[in-house]
Amino acid sequence: MEMGPNMNTHDMWMHADMNRERLLKEIMAVDFTIVELNLYLDTHPGDRNALMLYNSNVQRSRMLRQRYESMYGPLNALMSTSSYPWQWIEGPWPWEKEAL
Amino acid sequence: MWVYEKKLQYPVKIKTCNPKMAKYIISQYGGPDGELAASLRYLSQRFSMPTNEAKAILNDIGTEELAHLEIIGSMVYQLTKGVSAEQMELAGLGAYYTDHDHAVYPLSASGTPFTAAYIQSKGDPIADLHEDLAAEQKARATYENLINLADDPDVIEPLRFLRAREIVHFQRFGEALRLVQDKLEEKKHFVKKPDFMQ
Repeated sequence: MEMGPNMNTHDMWMHADMNRERLLKEIMAVDFTIVELNLYLDTHPGDRNALMLYNSNVQRSRMLRQRYESMYGPLNALMSTSSYPWQWIEGPWPWEKEAL
Repeated sequence: MWVYEKKLQYPVKIKTCNPKMAKYIISQYGGPDGELAASLRYLSQRFSMPTNEAKAILNDIGTEELAHLEIIGSMVYQLTKGVSAEQMELAGLGAYYTDHDHAVYPLSASGTPFTAAYIQSKGDPIADLHEDLAAEQKARATYENLINLADDPDVIEPLRFLRAREIVHFQRFGEALRLVQDKLEEKKHFVKKPDFMQ
């Protein structure tokens, strides 16, 4: 798509959507790494390297989430704040094709 | 408690509807070796586990299975979205459509509604962990059957992801079983103060 001052409104929305999807996929990947390390650590609680990897992925997830939520709304209704009006109900919901 | 995350654990974006494939995949939603049974099995068994490792692994895998339930539900939803009653019937979903329209309902590929009889919670950690090891292998085999039936990469990719998770869970349950066995075999030391110290 064409970028810059000649970009029309539709393309701008498309661009914002692609950025949202890219960032969401990045969060999904980091969070999957966290789940995998969580399970491994449950049966290997003394593995220092795995624990360091776990902690650094949790920090990266926090940073990415903050960026995502400031632009596209909450990922979680317990840890995230919302702008007005209540953003949680906004789609697409995860099971809808449009989410990714 | 649980907190909902507004994202899937693995992306599902199916461009072409396929109600026939939905009829098979729904077995991993509400069938005998499905994700709902898996989650309930582990989350129920965790209460009677004797070690912290076993409590944690059942708690955390039971939680991950809920994310897998959502992936399967999303696949069924997208595979049948906007499909006509006639196409549903041609795909063998005429009876399903009669009772559930396009809703997602937990049943097996052969139409049996979900039942708690698919799971056990025995109170004996050795028996329960062996059941869990078998459950992961049965789920892996089911995913392989589904992959053999599928021809759309949009469908195959999430199925491959879920199959791989069964193998990881099997590995973790094996480790938990060994830790539980070690604990149960530990010699017990009873310490009694000598009489002269009392």
